[in-house]
Amino acid sequence: MTQETLKPLEKKALIELLYQLADDDFLLAFRGSEWLGLAPHIEEDVAFSSISQDMMGHANLYYNLLENLGEGEADRIAHLRSPDQFRNAIILEEVNGPGTYLKEPDYDWAFTVVRNYFYAVHKHIRLDSLRHSSYEPLAEAARKIMTEQYYHLMHWEIWFKQLMTSTDEATLRMTEAIQKVWRDFGGVLTLGPYYEDIVKANFIDDENVMKKRWNNKIEAVLKEVGASYPGEPRMERGNGRNGVHTEDLKQATATLSEVYATNPSTGW
Amino acid sequence: MTVGMSFNQLSEEEKMTHFLDRINAGEKIEPDDWMPEDYRLQLIRLISMHGISEIMGALPEKEWVPKAPSLHRKLAIMAKVQDEMGHGQLLLRVAEDLMAPLGKNRHDIMEDLFSGKLKFHNVFHMDAPTWGDAGIIAWLVDGAAIISQSMMLDSSYGPYARALKRICAEEVFHAQHGESIILAMAEGTSEQREMLQDSLNRWWESLIMFFGPKSAKETGNSNADKNIMYKIRTKTNEDLRQEFFTKYIPRIWSLGLTIPDDTIRFDEDSQMWIYKDADWSTFKQIVSGNGPQSQNRLDLRRRSYKNNEWVRAALAAKKAI
Repeated sequence: MTQETLKPLEKKALIELLYQLADDDFLLAFRGSEWLGLAPHIEEDVAFSSISQDMMGHANLYYNLLENLGEGEADRIAHLRSPDQFRNAIILEEVNGPGTYLKEPDYDWAFTVVRNYFYAVHKHIRLDSLRHSSYEPLAEAARKIMTEQYYHLMHWEIWFKQLMTSTDEATLRMTEAIQKVWRDFGGVLTLGPYYEDIVKANFIDDENVMKKRWNNKIEAVLKEVGASYPGEPRMERGNGRNGVHTEDLKQATATLSEVYATNPSTGW
Repeated sequence: MTVGMSFNQLSEEEKMTHFLDRINAGEKIEPDDWMPEDYRLQLIRLISMHGISEIMGALPEKEWVPKAPSLHRKLAIMAKVQDEMGHGQLLLRVAEDLMAPLGKNRHDIMEDLFSGKLKFHNVFHMDAPTWGDAGIIAWLVDGAAIISQSMMLDSSYGPYARALKRICAEEVFHAQHGESIILAMAEGTSEQREMLQDSLNRWWESLIMFFGPKSAKETGNSNADKNIMYKIRTKTNEDLRQEFFTKYIPRIWSLGLTIPDDTIRFDEDSQMWIYKDADWSTFKQIVSGNGPQSQNRLDLRRRSYKNNEWVRAALAAKKAI
């Protein structure tokens, strides 16, 4: 399928999917960029900031696909939507911990590792499916993104396994982080209200199939590190795919658009 | 008898002569080569300060990473700040090798930073309150860094010279990124031009200070002279500052910006720029940790170092699987 051959309902479903993909990466890249200079060691600062930069690039690719579908300029889409127009999962907008990136950041590395690892596993499954998307520009973007994402997944898997199997304190902190992420991670695994149309047009695999792949993988990894699988992840604070969000997203979008919003029509 | 054994039999004075002959002949000193203690200490001082400045230098620009005003700018500034962190890592590795025979490591570098013993560049103690500052930092601070680092590309210490080659190549991209931000703002609305001029006003004295005082008189410090003797560096602070003026003043003027020094001019007779010198007592205050952002930025580092103590302990622990 190309832009020209999309039927109106298919186009609507595709746009919804692209917002999910773009906003997921955009928000987590932002949360990652807040960590810069605060990571556990300098080597990690270098690696993590490279990952965040890649992810911002992925969001940019998706926003450009949206621009091509007539959603407006990529910069406008990224910077000027109101929070209820965002389609990212709630767990990805959540702050890194108490404080802000400018003042007294008491960021939680265990939460960051767990959130990023779980997301990287899902993103990998999602990209693997998107490579065969019926919408050719999306399939092409997915193939491009996958070459970078492979390393992100590896990075976070190493962190996850290492921290789960070292000191008692690390295991305890990681276990708490898993519980915290689990309460809302279901939001990442859903395709939202246009789910049926998205799947019918073969833009991506059925969410139940991808959910199963994710659960199987995570269950196996948890077993490997001696932890128990807590059952299907939940969506306690609502579904971001429906535009339901928390105060954390408001703070995020206000920061991300602070300069752009002062004058969106000038060159920066 | 091997060459090594015969070298070990030389007196300290003879070793020193041999060492100076080598550096004067343009040879590179490598980590395991004999070097005078003073040379080692000068290198540790210079390279750990340079490395930690790259790391602390990421912080003012980091303030602008999420706020960068377009997706393109976000990507560019993320790439730049990541590079700076990479430079810091590269340089700290060079410093760590030099410190190893003294029984010191990365942890000591961080502790010295937190206690104020290890200083970082004056520019990174300053406020960066607007997007214009992100532009000025990338354009002029990085431009100044290219000038001062380029003179050390031929440094007598091999690992430092090699690290600087990589660093300078990337810094050129940073200065271009900065110039692009500056051009967009200079060609933009009157608010954007005003923001830019404000940033230049704010950064000018810091840029003068960047290269250090003209001579030891101002700060009572003779490290620059020593480093020239050791061929770690080749030019004086004032040579570098003049080079910076020659390169950037015409560009600043061509953008219609005003330099906040009405005495600045090029003197044809001396072939030198005449300018208002910085207040070096303020400089001393700033680099001693009393600049407007010194303690805030150090607190960010101290806090994260403490918050992540458990992570470092976990990494040091034996793996269970």
